[in-house]
Amino acid sequence: MDSDEPLPLDPLPLDSWHRAQGARMVPFAGYEMPIQYEGIVAEHTWTREHAGLFDVSHMGQLLLSGEGLDAALEAILPIDLSTLKVGQQRYSLLLDENGGVLDDLMVSRWPDALYLVVNGATKWDDIATLREHLPDEITLQHLDEQALLALQGPKAADALARHVTGEHPLSALTFMKFGRYTLAGHAVTIARAGYTGEDGFEISLPASAAEDIATLLCGEPEVKPIGLGARDSLRLEAGLPLYGHDLSPETSPVEAGLVFGINKRRRTEGGFPGAGRINREIAEGTARKWVGLKIEGRLPAREGAEVFAGADLVGTVTSGGFSPTLGQPIAMAYVASAQAAPGTLLEVEVRGRRLAATVSPTPFVPHRYYRGS
Amino acid sequence: MPRYFTDEHEWIDVEDDLATVGITDYAQGQLGDIVFVELPAPGTAVEKGKDAAVVESVKAASDVYAPITGEVTEANPALEEDPALVNTSPEEDGWFFKMTVADPSELEGLMDEASYQEFVAKL
Repeated sequence: MDSDEPLPLDPLPLDSWHRAQGARMVPFAGYEMPIQYEGIVAEHTWTREHAGLFDVSHMGQLLLSGEGLDAALEAILPIDLSTLKVGQQRYSLLLDENGGVLDDLMVSRWPDALYLVVNGATKWDDIATLREHLPDEITLQHLDEQALLALQGPKAADALARHVTGEHPLSALTFMKFGRYTLAGHAVTIARAGYTGEDGFEISLPASAAEDIATLLCGEPEVKPIGLGARDSLRLEAGLPLYGHDLSPETSPVEAGLVFGINKRRRTEGGFPGAGRINREIAEGTARKWVGLKIEGRLPAREGAEVFAGADLVGTVTSGGFSPTLGQPIAMAYVASAQAAPGTLLEVEVRGRRLAATVSPTPFVPHRYYRGS
Repeated sequence: MPRYFTDEHEWIDVEDDLATVGITDYAQGQLGDIVFVELPAPGTAVEKGKDAAVVESVKAASDVYAPITGEVTEANPALEEDPALVNTSPEEDGWFFKMTVADPSELEGLMDEASYQEFVAKL
């Protein structure tokens, strides 16, 4: 979660609002961001039981348009845009020539454009990569006057439905769909998606309206503001990767278990960066796999901790922490494929101490996405 | 019984040649929900300003330093069962360890309560 960027930190549109809510601010992805308000465990549990509002305005919102857009973007991403209809959102990956991961992102089809949400820490590099590879006919707009708020949790739909009107009722919006809505008099787009494993929404709104809308939503009895700390523990329980930790140019999406991000037609046709390696790995398997570990005791294993099978070093933890929902330490690690089957008993080393760990299916906490009633 | 504070947010109570060490209320607030405390075993020699214990919060691991030089005589057994004591009672029941005072002159460089509160107010 930490960022080593020495650049001066920009304030996000909600900077003073966060401080007024009692947030502790930390540097992250080049911005000052709220790590917590009342405490990570309380915020985590609140989100799992009610609804949490996350400011993710550091993320990059990009709009692509122009003649020949689908073909041009398919040359860069392993996505099948022929099956992405207006109103749908899909997970994709920005890969380098070797199939290493430069970023993971969401792609949505708007009536005349494709809308991308990319990670905050990588957005400037992503823009450069896209601009370098997209033909001149394609316009790339960085929507830096837009804020992005995520409302997540089992009560998120109840709270949001009181304030939105749109082309479809909110209940018609199922997981990974999006639509245009009016929220407190402001034109917004809402996607039913998120990063917690819970039902929830990601709301793109004018930065100038961010304070009004954050205040409005947090005025609902189900909603509290939630910081980056709980965002990380929630996504870890949901088994979702964090770029820069679980994914990097040194990891392939196949070993990370993200084959669903390489759409079926592209696995046979190729024609995207790294296709040779990716499609070979899909056919032949990988030497290591990204797996979940449940750790005995209470001592968490963090990023960088080594994983052993007996005396043999078989892997490394990429994300780890204490799961508030399960009440025990959990981690994600790349381990040798021979040791990757659920139930495999391994050990993780923390400060010279060997902790018993069991390879566990993910998500650690079941996803509760809304797929229709 | 005088209580001293370090600029690394440890407190130390001294009674004759024996001291009790913990972290301050300010420190526990900064760390957040504590899930594990790794304490030095009795007999461990600790050195002023060097690592003596590790506190794991949900978010991260943080080192706790020995405020003075000496030998650990007892680790708080209650923290094994209930590490959250450090959050709920940091300056009493959530103490970390007891130790000998090898060199009483090391205490002279530490803060008293009033100086520590002043120090924290400026952070």
